[in-house]
Amino acid sequence: MTDSKYFTTTKKGEIFELKAELNSDKKEKKKEAVKKVIASMTVGKDVSALFPDVVNCMQTDNLELKKLVYLYLMNYAKSQPDMAIMAVNTFVKDCEDPNPLIRALAVRTMGCIRVDKITEYLCEPLRKCLKDEDPYVRKTAAVCVAKLHDINAQLVEDQGFLDTLKDLISDSNPMVVANAVAALSEIAESHPSSNLLDLNPQSINKLLTALNECTEWGQIFILDCLANYMPKDDREAQSICERVTPRLSHANSAVVLSAVKVLMKFMEMLSKDLDYYGTLLKKLAPPLVTLLSAEPELQYVALRNINLIVQKRPEILKHEMKVFFVKYNDPIYVKLEKLDIMIRLASQANIAQVLAELKEYATEVDVDFVRKAVRAIGRCAIKVEQSAERCVSTLLDLIQTKVNYVVQEAIVVIKDIFRKYPNKYESVIATLCENLDSLDEPEARAAMIWIVGEYAERIDNADELLESFLEGFHDESTQVQLQLLTAIVKLFLKKPTETQELVQQVLSLATQDSDNPDLRDRGYIYWRLLSTDPVAAKEVVLAEKPLISEETDLIEPTLLDELICYIGTLASVYHKPPSAFVEGSRGVVHKSLPPRTGSSESAESPDTAPSGVQAPEQPAVIPTQGDLLGDLLNLDLGPPVSGPPMATSSVQMGAVDLLGGGLDSLMGGGGSGGGSFAAPSTAAPANLAAPLGSGLGDLFDLTGGVGTLPGSYVAPKTVWLPAMKAKGLEISGTFSRQVGSISMDLVLTNKALQVMSDFAIQFNRNSFGLAPAAPLQVHAPLAPNQSVEISLPLNTVGSVMKMDPLNNLQVAVKNNIDVFYFSTLYPLHILFVEDGKMERQMFLATWKDIPNENEAQFQIKDCSLNADAISSKLQGSNIFTIAKRNVEGQDMLYQSLKLTNGIWVLAELRIQPSNPSFTDLELSLKCRAPEVAPYVFQAYETVLKN
Amino acid sequence: MIHSLFLINCSGDIFLEKHWKSVVSQSVCDYFFEAQEKAVDVENVPPVISTPHHYLISIYRDKIFFVSVIQTEVPPLFVIEFLHRVADTFQDYFGECSETSIKDNVVIVYELLEEMLDNGFPLATESNILKELIKPPTILRSVVNSITGSSNVGDTLPTGQLSNIPWRRAGVKYTNNEAYFDVIEEIDAIIDKSGSTVFAEIQGVIDSCIKLSGMPDLSLSFMNPRLLDDVSFHPCIRFKRWESERVLSFIPPDGNFRLISYRVSSQNLVAIPVYVKHMISFKENSSSGRFDVTIGPKQNMGKTVEGVVMTVHMPKAVLNMNLTSTQGNYTFDPVTKVLTWDIGKITPQKLPNLKGIVNLQSGAPKPEENPSLNIQFKIQQLAISAKTQTWMEGR
Repeated sequence: MTDSKYFTTTKKGEIFELKAELNSDKKEKKKEAVKKVIASMTVGKDVSALFPDVVNCMQTDNLELKKLVYLYLMNYAKSQPDMAIMAVNTFVKDCEDPNPLIRALAVRTMGCIRVDKITEYLCEPLRKCLKDEDPYVRKTAAVCVAKLHDINAQLVEDQGFLDTLKDLISDSNPMVVANAVAALSEIAESHPSSNLLDLNPQSINKLLTALNECTEWGQIFILDCLANYMPKDDREAQSICERVTPRLSHANSAVVLSAVKVLMKFMEMLSKDLDYYGTLLKKLAPPLVTLLSAEPELQYVALRNINLIVQKRPEILKHEMKVFFVKYNDPIYVKLEKLDIMIRLASQANIAQVLAELKEYATEVDVDFVRKAVRAIGRCAIKVEQSAERCVSTLLDLIQTKVNYVVQEAIVVIKDIFRKYPNKYESVIATLCENLDSLDEPEARAAMIWIVGEYAERIDNADELLESFLEGFHDESTQVQLQLLTAIVKLFLKKPTETQELVQQVLSLATQDSDNPDLRDRGYIYWRLLSTDPVAAKEVVLAEKPLISEETDLIEPTLLDELICYIGTLASVYHKPPSAFVEGSRGVVHKSLPPRTGSSESAESPDTAPSGVQAPEQPAVIPTQGDLLGDLLNLDLGPPVSGPPMATSSVQMGAVDLLGGGLDSLMGGGGSGGGSFAAPSTAAPANLAAPLGSGLGDLFDLTGGVGTLPGSYVAPKTVWLPAMKAKGLEISGTFSRQVGSISMDLVLTNKALQVMSDFAIQFNRNSFGLAPAAPLQVHAPLAPNQSVEISLPLNTVGSVMKMDPLNNLQVAVKNNIDVFYFSTLYPLHILFVEDGKMERQMFLATWKDIPNENEAQFQIKDCSLNADAISSKLQGSNIFTIAKRNVEGQDMLYQSLKLTNGIWVLAELRIQPSNPSFTDLELSLKCRAPEVAPYVFQAYETVLKN
Repeated sequence: MIHSLFLINCSGDIFLEKHWKSVVSQSVCDYFFEAQEKAVDVENVPPVISTPHHYLISIYRDKIFFVSVIQTEVPPLFVIEFLHRVADTFQDYFGECSETSIKDNVVIVYELLEEMLDNGFPLATESNILKELIKPPTILRSVVNSITGSSNVGDTLPTGQLSNIPWRRAGVKYTNNEAYFDVIEEIDAIIDKSGSTVFAEIQGVIDSCIKLSGMPDLSLSFMNPRLLDDVSFHPCIRFKRWESERVLSFIPPDGNFRLISYRVSSQNLVAIPVYVKHMISFKENSSSGRFDVTIGPKQNMGKTVEGVVMTVHMPKAVLNMNLTSTQGNYTFDPVTKVLTWDIGKITPQKLPNLKGIVNLQSGAPKPEENPSLNIQFKIQQLAISAKTQTWMEGR
């Protein structure tokens, strides 16, 4: 007799039959009928029509029947809210039942019925159950609060259930505590602002006690909750760690990983000299290794987390390389993860073993895995210098196999090896060239072309090789086209006599026949460089390339720190912060590691983030991609380009700020012969106090409801030239920036009695080279009492002269009557360019690099925005937020902006809540040209306050 | 927390769904099917799949996919552990965890899932508690139930649910008090072509079957506890006592359970009790190759090596194999290219040998990859880790 009989149907119509049986007098028949109903329900059949009949069976003393009816109710109450009310009375009665099992069952089921009308009736029984004498009922009721909160959050708050729930954290029964914590955590997730889980040392102590006694699932909830606590000093952190450590030996892997999270986080606070610190490190390794002997799904999640842990603290697993060796029958997703970790753990000590393994993997069957293995060999070569030779010979062996994808992958990594160890392994080029024809993937082709270009002088037939690629130029992917262009230019610079034709051919292909803007741009740059100054071209194109970083695809340190706080969660599987993928990103609170006490580092400044070991040793080596100048240096093949890349360009551009010299400066320089870009910073006298603050403030105090554009903030127009001074011509105006172009919006009003015409405008030399990009066009003569609105586009290629104040602009306007002069101050944010977002790494390095005396501090009082609003508002004005962190309840924003002349300004914005609706902002600016700081601050203030 | 659970069989039919919060439409599984299609092999379906509004965390057990749907940030291990627990429970209740057994007991399954999870929070996952709440189906009980009209749902509060030892119920009585411990050790080793060990570790478990009355308090100690650095314990074991005295002290659950699992890592040299002599070669420019494998025992302390099975994943180019074995049977599956050789017991006097010709597809190039040989075997009554249990004391 099996349940499959419940699935059989009769001819008459199933529902009809069931209805009859449900109303039968015989208990047994009733129960069988309900079972049939449930069975249909489980496979998704709609049996909601039987609702009244099933509910009628609810009044019974048979527990099984009651449970079955409850099951049914949970599923269908939503679709039959009116009918569901019929069940309420029984529920309320059951909540008073002497049997705690029935009380708990009733309150549990009621919570699952997601019908508003029912929830009202639920409050009273729930309140009683939360204080029930039986812990089983209390623990069920705790979860019920979370359910109710999901249905009607307001009701829960109004009824004071949250406070009751908080009281349950101190309950005597560990299971109740665990469930209360679980419920509170779930509620807190949807309400990030509420301080539901406000932990203090006393409550922590309660949780730690409950931790030892509750079920495994409860332990997970409690550990996850503990991880959010911030111990006040290292002593407290240590004592928590000591009490959490036993959980590492739990059989449930989720408990283990949650414990690892707590330990990894609190370890941050312990001093490294402490004996305990070393002990803890030793204790962490075995449980992590044990996770790898579990089911493959568990292994996968564990490996993703181990990947993070290895990056943060490589010392934990450095002796455990062998456990990451791939097993033949591992699922592919486990294999790939293991490979990743193997490379991270590779060191001089174990490289021989690793290489032997990798070589085996490279002959496996699975293509993806083989590719990754080949790539891993290359990464080993780059990481462990001593092994480079062996890696290269291994790769050559693999190339000899002639397996197509192996060869291609090997060539891609050999290119990286060349970049790491230039002029060392050129002997292999001949072998590589033999395989030229078999390359069909863009990445491999691009790599091969790069190699040919880079070593053109040693390859006799380099021109032939490149020419052969050129034949199908238009069918190649962009990556290959770009690479080919650069390689041929390199070849030309090295062997100018023989290859003139070739270079002309590629330049015309790139600039005239291509519709890819990147390719055209690069083609033009080369063309102009070559035609104006071949020496400079040589210096740019054949410049010494910075070495590539030894560790590739490391997670960026601030993100890593955040992810460490999310060990064991989905974030750790995706290696993304929850804000990047959690639905609607509601309730995402940024977590950060606690600062290490007793060390000189403070958590506030961004340069302290990597207290871990893998902080890049040379600050100059940064994994960044697609940088403009990097492009010029043809380093865009994919893997890390080191920075700051600009440092390598010794282009003769006068005093271009090295950090800012982008493409535009190169272009401009090429056109006008240089010199027009003297950055004000270089010649600036330092006595630039700001007596004009008030004046500018006044200007912008005139806030009005003038329509703000979605782009950068535009101040309302103010009168620049009053009619009295200009023989009846009144000029008012403002500056704006939209999609990369600056314009001066003017209103000319004729207050005189005669017609005005022949308008023209000119600017005096100014600090940022602002100049009209077009003549002032007033089409019709301006009649008396008429006004005209003009938007005058501006550019920044005019002559530069340092003004005082820096943002002063002297303007001359001519009409048929006379020439008038006036001066105005422009807000600096019109000069903030769109590509002012710095890479995080770069930001860190630059911030460190700029001396502290260049730092300027400002206060902005009474701002009514929160961090996110501030960040988005500033973004509109091209002030980009690079990172956000929360330190001691205060949000910190790290921002960057770039001026049109290439000056970078880095900012740290601390948001201090002063009273409920206003916040005070503390702004620290760092810039190589400190003179601009006060004006940047003004820009901040105007943007934020409007 | 866990929103919904779908059980899907290998042919892609959803044969059971259970929702703990609001109902999530079956269509969410389409993302799973997509991933399944991409993975080709059922084992290779990634365990965590993201969809626009949900996350699917799945496990693959006994030809069934357990796919859970979650919506918020939840520890994935928590979900995976729970799913395995569900599968274990089905196994425990129905003797096997299969589509048929689940369909046959669909109401019990539904009741179980309802008991195990409340609003996505695990409620009761200990098998002894569940068995008190919902009695497992037996033929006898269903006969009795149909006569007396009693149900298989318990109507008392399970006693273990609230005590500090939720794994044991009160009032257990046996006429014969007995306790059994099975020490099972598995060596996991990778050995390279020349026969040297690349990697070896021992995974051990102690499975217990305890049938003792009342509340027994047991201690178990080992000769050489140093070897067990890396252990995971059943919650019943007192951790403090282990830390200080290296003694396992516990009040056991009733019935079968896993007491500890441990790992002995490769730093302690592991002697592999078998060796393999192999000769697999493919001739250049010819569509055949040679295959010759001999397996022999070594250092097994006089114990017999039994249940020896060798599986070899042959290269894709292999068409079929003509082999002769001196012992046992071999099969070659031309679709998956897997050669399986079931040897059985090894007698040192006459070593099992399998040799013959490998036929390749005509025109196919010489295979590059070296086939790896997977060899499984069993040895009764031999603890490789040299850890022996000495005495047990019960109160």
